[in-house]
This record gives sequence, C-alpha cells and structure tokens, in this order.
Amino acid sequence: MNGTVNGTVIPTVSGTADRTSVVGDAITWLNDPFNWTGQSGVPSRLVEHLGMSALAVLLAAAVALPVGIYLGHVRRGGGLAVVLANASRALPTLALLLIFASTAIGFGNRATVLAAAVFAIPPILTNAYTGVLGVDPDVRDAAHAMGMTPMRSLLRMELPLAVPLVAAGLRTATVQVIATVPLAALVGGGGLGPIIVSGFANRRFGQVLAGAVLVAGLCLVAEAVLAVAQRAVTPVGLRAPRRGRAGAAAPAPGA
Amino acid sequence: MITSAGDARPNPWLSWPYVRDNWGDISEALGQHVGLTLQAVLVATAIALPLAVLAHLRPRLAGAILGVSGALYTVPSLALFALVYPFLLDARLSVLIGLVMYALLVLVRNVLVGLQGVPEEVRDAARGLGYRRLRMLLTVELPHATPAVVAGLRLATVTTVALVTIGVVVGYGGLGQLLFRGFQSDYHAEIMTATLLCVALALVADVALRVLGHLVTPWLRTQGAR
Repeated sequence: MNGTVNGTVIPTVSGTADRTSVVGDAITWLNDPFNWTGQSGVPSRLVEHLGMSALAVLLAAAVALPVGIYLGHVRRGGGLAVVLANASRALPTLALLLIFASTAIGFGNRATVLAAAVFAIPPILTNAYTGVLGVDPDVRDAAHAMGMTPMRSLLRMELPLAVPLVAAGLRTATVQVIATVPLAALVGGGGLGPIIVSGFANRRFGQVLAGAVLVAGLCLVAEAVLAVAQRAVTPVGLRAPRRGRAGAAAPAPGA
Repeated sequence: MITSAGDARPNPWLSWPYVRDNWGDISEALGQHVGLTLQAVLVATAIALPLAVLAHLRPRLAGAILGVSGALYTVPSLALFALVYPFLLDARLSVLIGLVMYALLVLVRNVLVGLQGVPEEVRDAARGLGYRRLRMLLTVELPHATPAVVAGLRLATVTTVALVTIGVVVGYGGLGQLLFRGFQSDYHAEIMTATLLCVALALVADVALRVLGHLVTPWLRTQGAR
C-alpha cells in the first residue's frame, strides 16, 4: 500500500534507503546552513509553528476560560466538561483537520489552527471549571459576608485560588497544540511538520529523523518552560514545596 | 438539500452509495485499524502490568518510570512514527511501536495509581493474616486495582483508535488512509464515513471494556458503586 503526500507517492515497502546512514544524514541535515536560513529554514519554520500554536491556544482560551470559569462559579455543568473531554478523545484530530480542510475554511494553516484550537478547549475548560469549583465554600461565604458581590468574589477570591489549575489546563493545552500543529504538513500548511512529511515524500530519512528530533525537542522544551511558568504564576502560598533547587519540573498530571 | 450554484457535481458528506460501492476498501481499512488497535493495547498491557508492579514494589523506580513516560508522552505521534520508521523501514511495525508506547504510558500510570490506592488498613489486615508480599499483591492489591486498570484500558484504547489515523504519515493508518485519500480527492463522503467509523469504533471498544470491567469485578456490583 502506498500513501501520498502532496501528490508524491511514499513507497512504504522496504526500499533502497541505507538505514545505517540515517543518523549521519540527520546530523548532516541539521548542520547544513542551508536548512537554517531563508523562508523554509528551521528558524522561520519554528516562528511560524509557535505563532500558529499561540493563535490556537488563544482561540481555545477565549472560548473555554469564560465558559469553564462561569460553570465553576455557578457550580453547574460538570457533565458538559466530562462529555467534552470524552468526545475529544474519540474523535481523531486528523479527521477534524481534514474535514475543516475540505470545507470553505480552506486548507493549510487556518484549518490546522482551528482544529488544534477545538482540541485545546476540553483541557482548558475542564481545569478552569474544576479550579473554580474547588474553591473552599468557606472562602465564598467569607467573601459574601464581607459584602462582596458575586462578581467581586469571583475576581478577587475565587479566580486567584483557581490559578494553579487554570494554569495547568493552559499548559496541557499548549503542549498538546504544539504537538498537533505538525499535522498541518498533511494539508499543505507550514510550521515544522513539512520537514518530516516532505522528507518521507522524497525518501530522505535523515531529514525525516532531523525533523522528528526538532519537533520532539520543541515539545519537551515547551513542556519544561511552561512548567516553570505555571509555577511562577501560582501564588506563593499555593505552591507545592520545592524538592531541590535544580530539580526538573514534574510532568503534567494526566488531564 | 440546496447546493450552491457553482457546484458542478454533488459532493455530499453522507452517501450510502459510497459505502455500498467501496465496502471492500472500507472493510480493509477498518480491519487494519482494529488489528493495530487490538495488538497495540494487548502488547502495551503485557508490558505495563509488570512495569507498574515493579514501580509499586520499588518506589524508588516509580519516579523514574513516571518521569520518563511523561516525557515520552509529550513527543507528538507524528514525530514518534518519523523517529522509528527510518530505522525499521516497516510501516506497520513503526506505527505499532508508537501506539504501544502511548498506550503503555497511560496504562502504567493508571495501574500504579490503582495499586497505590489500596487503603493502608486493607494492607495491614492482609499483613495481620500473615500474607507475604507476593500473595498480598496477587490476591489483595491487584484485585483492588482492577477498576483503575479497566479505566486505564478504556482510556488507552480510545486514544489508540484515534492515534492510528496518524499512521498515514508512513502510509499505514487504517481508516486514516481513507480520511487522507478522501481529502486528496476532495471526496467528502469518504472523509465523513471514515470519521464516523473511527468514532464508532472508539465508542464500541469503550462500551465493551466497560462491560468487561463490570464482569470482572462482581464484588463492586452489590454495592451499586460508580
């Protein structure tokens, strides 16, 4: 069976490629200045990748944060969060991406950003909902007794206490989006994904490996940076005790 | 249904004639999808159970196992397939290895949580009855962890069904192949049929595992637990 990408046939039967030289080819590719300059160089691809990811997270947050915070505040709609999370697991990202790309949305980056944003909604919404819902009822009572309006109570008391979970949701969503954006390559979009996909199309497996290392590295770095950021935005009193000064961040809990 | 004026030929999202005329292709892709999912989850379970037990018995290893698995889980499936394929040059095996890894991480975490969730009183009672470590593990802790294991299996299976589609990168993506072919030839019915089959497959697997979980935990039934 053959797969085709951008009209080019990818033979999947063992071919002529010499597998022993793949790592060498990858290193050569990564050291080639040509691959680091210009429009299709790694830096501009990286910027595009991060830009698409940021846009997708912003779109998702704009929808999911208000809804999640509101539902948590009025203590209703827990079922919605669960249904959303389950439905988003059963629906393949690729399916939604290709459906978007086949409609008026058009293919390329726009379809990818939208699809990534849709799948970023459940983690943000669920965490915001759980975070606000989990605020100690005594705190809300105290705010009420001090004469705070529900809005003021939400903004001054409940939201700051929910920050750790809200931030955890944004972090999970962001890493997931950065990991999803490479699929853009399948619908003619940009970012780092095309390095891998065009490598496959041309049977340049060194390039495939180099692209995979870049994408995987980006995701690991993003995860680590966001773990630090999450800690930084968490109010000091709510921080978990630090294990060691140089201790690496713990992985995100399964959302 | 009103089609827009410029459309030369109808391109419906749902089309029974498509399903009827292409059943051979569809069932082949479906079979590939089911086969990959089953194999991946079975292999992952066979590795995850001993690994989780090891992490449970040697808590020093638990941090390392969870840390490494968490980091690996961060790596996108597209990149993972691309990392493996150049060395194996075997599409099916590459996809399978990737799927096994992701399922493995979900499973290890869930089994470990289940094992660690056994109440200390229960362990004390077992110790008081003279249970050794192995017997406690097999007859007290593992049965107690069964709901968590089933929950992990459900999550891993549903995730795997969706992930198989990414196999198109190496040309072995089950229903993903139909999705991608439909996209390239702008054939809406093919995309939608494959999408619906993917979702249906995930739901059927989820319900089947839930029933299985119900059957293997008769002691939870009388209490009307979750």
